[in-house]
Order: sequence, then C-alpha cells, then structure tokens
Amino acid sequence: MKTLWNSYRYLILRRFTQISLLVLYFGGNAWGWSVLRGNLSSSRIFDFIPMSDPYAALQMLAAGALLSVDLLIGAAVVTLFYLLIGGRAFCSWVCPVNMITDAANFLRTKIEINRLQGKQPASRDMRYWIFALSLVISFAMGIAAFEFISPISMVHRGIVFGLGFGWAAMLIIFLFDLFVLKNGWCGHICPLGGFYSLLGKFSLIRVLHSEENCTLCMKCKDVCPEHQVLHMIGKESLSVTSGECTNCGRCVEVCDDDALGFSIRKPAQINKKTGE
Amino acid sequence: MSENKHNMAKKREPLSDRRKFILNMARGVGLATMGGFIWSAYVDEVRASSLTLRPPGALKESDFLKTCIKCGLCVEACPYDTLLLAKPGDNKPIGTPYFVPREIPCYMCTDIPCVPVCPTGALNEASVTTNEVLDINAADMGVAVIDANSCIAFWGIQCDACYRACPLLGEAITIEYSKNERTGKHAYMKPVVQSDVCTGCGMCEKACVTEKASIFVLPREVAQGRAGNHYIKGWEKEDEKRLENATSETTTTELSKDSALDSLNDGLEGY
Repeated sequence: MKTLWNSYRYLILRRFTQISLLVLYFGGNAWGWSVLRGNLSSSRIFDFIPMSDPYAALQMLAAGALLSVDLLIGAAVVTLFYLLIGGRAFCSWVCPVNMITDAANFLRTKIEINRLQGKQPASRDMRYWIFALSLVISFAMGIAAFEFISPISMVHRGIVFGLGFGWAAMLIIFLFDLFVLKNGWCGHICPLGGFYSLLGKFSLIRVLHSEENCTLCMKCKDVCPEHQVLHMIGKESLSVTSGECTNCGRCVEVCDDDALGFSIRKPAQINKKTGE
Repeated sequence: MSENKHNMAKKREPLSDRRKFILNMARGVGLATMGGFIWSAYVDEVRASSLTLRPPGALKESDFLKTCIKCGLCVEACPYDTLLLAKPGDNKPIGTPYFVPREIPCYMCTDIPCVPVCPTGALNEASVTTNEVLDINAADMGVAVIDANSCIAFWGIQCDACYRACPLLGEAITIEYSKNERTGKHAYMKPVVQSDVCTGCGMCEKACVTEKASIFVLPREVAQGRAGNHYIKGWEKEDEKRLENATSETTTTELSKDSALDSLNDGLEGY
C-alpha cells in the first residue's frame, strides 16, 4: 500500500514551499527579516541577490520605461532559475494563486461540477493572446498593463503588505474556477503562466514518462491541471516537453506503476522506441 | 415547403475549413479588441488619480507609474511606516507607494533609506543628491498649501504649529506680520509657504491644530500654476534664461477683405 507521504509528497512539498515563501516575505515586511524582502514583483535575498519578475520587466520595456541595471540583473536571475527548474514551476511551487485555484478544482471535483459541464468552453491558448495583448496595451498606454490588474501581485502584495479589497480578487478567481471554467485562471487566462510556459519550452527539469511501466490507468491525466501535456501517456517514452507543464509532480505521485518521474530533459528522438 | 427543407439541409452542412479559419480569426481579433479596450479603459481610469503623494525622489508621475514595479521595498525600508502600498479599494494606482501626511508624514531621514533600495529607479537617487551626498532637502514630494479661511492664524489667533513643525524651520514656512485692524492693537502672524523650498514632507499638515488640516500637502503639479515662457521677469537675470526655451512661433490672423460694414451688418437679414 502506498503511504500518505508517497501519494502526496510533491503536493506537501509544494504547499510547504508556497507557504514558507509567503511567511518569509511577510516577515521581511513585518519583522524586518532579511531573507526575502519585497514581493514577487521584485525582491532581494539577504539584501543582496536581486530578483525581479521578468514578465513585469518586459511590460515595462514595452511601456517605454528605462530599465535599471538592478532590474535587468534581477530579471535575469529569475529567468535563469526557471530555465533550470522548469518555467511554470513558478506556478505550482511559488504562486499563491495556485492554492486558491487548486482549492477550487478540488471542490469542483468533489461536488462533481465537471459532470454538469462536460465540454470546456474556452481555449487554453487564450493566455498567449492575453500575454501578447498585455504587451500591446503596455506599449499603447505607457504603463505595465498586466501589473495593474494582476491578481497574482494583488494577492501576494495583499498578504505581505495588507489586503484591502484584495480578498475580492481571490474570491473572484475561486468562483470562476469553481463554476465557470475548470482550471480557468491558471490553465487558460493567466498571461504570467503563459510567459512561463514559453520559458518552460526550454527548461531543464521535466517529467519523464516510461511507457514500458504504464498500465494505462490514466490517473495522471485525471489529476493533471494541464492534461494536454501528457499526450504521450501509454504511447511513447518521452519527456513532457510542453512548457505548459507546471512541474507540480501530481502525476508522478499518483502513478502506482513508476511510469512517471522527474528527470533532466531528454531530446525526443533518443527516447523514441525506435531509437533505443 | 421544399424550400424550407432545402434550407435546413444547407444548415446542417459542416462549415468549410476556410470558413472556420476566417470565423475563428475574426472571433480572436474581435475578442482581443474588446478585451483590449476594456483593459485600456480600466488602466487609464486607475492611473488618473492625480492626488497621490509619492516617496522622496519619485520620478514625474507618468514616468513613475511606468517604472515602479510595485515591490514595496521602499515601504519596508521606511522606519516610520510612513509609506503605504496602494491596496485595492484605496482608489490609488494599485500597488504603488504613497503616504498620507495627516496620518504619518515623511520625517525626512537624512540617509533617505527608501530611495537607494528602489530596484527600478522609479525613486531616483540622483534627484535627492547634492554634491554626491544624499540630501533630503532636495526632495520634492509636493508642496504645502494653506486654506486661509480655516487657518486660525489668519483669524488673528496666535498659532505657529506648522511653522514650528517644519523641518526647514523659517525657510519653507515663514511668518508674515501685519496689523490686526479689527482690534487695532494686535498683530496677525500669518504662515506663508515658500513653495520653492517646501519639500512636501507634510509635518506641518500633521501638526496643524484645526479639525481638518488647514495646511496640507498637494502634488506640485496639482498645487501650482505655470506662467509659461511668454511672461518673463525682465528684472531678473536668472529668469531671462527661460527665454531660451521660448518658441519663436508667430501667429498671424488673416485679415478679412470684406468691408467692415458688411461684417457689422451680417446676420441681420432676419430683422
């Protein structure tokens, strides 16, 4: 029998990371801790290593702002980090909104809304359109457009600096994901996720499927918030190369047959059955 | 009847790939346009609030909004909890730092901790540096304005709370004496803000004794007018330099060739 740890190890680790980061950022503001100061838009580790949201920097560039050296270094640090550990690892390991949308998705499955609403009415490519649109609007309005409506920043800033009506943004996302669209925010709309998806196309750590072990139980596809990335399940031994994979590890931990695991990205050709 | 059937058969025919492609493109462009305009309208609306007081060294508001990444490092650096980050519901450009002097003014730290931490340069160190040393007196967060109707010193009651609270004592706020004609034996001691010296720290607003502050800080852009380059103080050498910025554009009014009488009598046909 699988232990609780075994079936939820990545989920537990992810929640631990997400909450620890929130506590560290909160402590940075409230109690003057120096581990992490600032918020997800821009921060410093031990008042030394700068980190900046590369998507925000991109919008600022489109808006025509002069980018400072600090900002460029910070954005480069974050970009390199996610190039290594998987672009959308941000989404499932860091982003506080992930906890809200996961909760909505959990409830959605529990009360069987999925059965009420069979077909998903929207395309997952929407995020790329919104990503492009955000840059166009940033350019036209001379302002970082998504940063003014971003519920991610709103929630994170809210938790660190005081929430105001930020709870309303949280509730809207929760209700939207629960009643309107499954994985609506994170899987369809969020342009930051779209940005990290583009980055993730080149990232190093990826989930690897070994077809020989697969029993086609499809638990992985059920649990995956971006199930389209698992198109190779039971067909080919491949790395999940789509940038839309968030490296959340849910598929790895629900698999009873050791057919999925984290590994370094492998080029598709080598893993193909014929190439072995 | 048969025509009706024909129509129904036509309806069930699947859309051609070409038609589907065109329809999908049209839908994409349409939705993007719609979303884009709603988004732009919202962004335009939220940044329109012009009564926001920024930390020292902040760039011009439009550049500031462009450059501020909303990280809150300045807020964390402020030892007096003066600075706040705009929350949803504050009716300020969201996530940007601001302060409310009547609550907590800027105490003008000489080391200006809020400025060097800014990662993007939205708080510009150069603008609060004089001779390569940080100089908070060079800050320009706004300018204090006095409502002479509610300021009790203007009534003739002695009060110099703002004058005493000013960190640039005797420079940014001066006292102007004049005779109180009502009593015939007292003096008015009216505070006057020297707007070219005032940094907009708001310590006067905090100190003001009236129920709602009678001296308060406004962003300089809001509080001050502008004479323009057409008016020069000819008696001041410095001011004459502004002439260099003046445009040499001349306007000419086209003279009408009609007779003056016609012009006077025009439009009287109805009478």
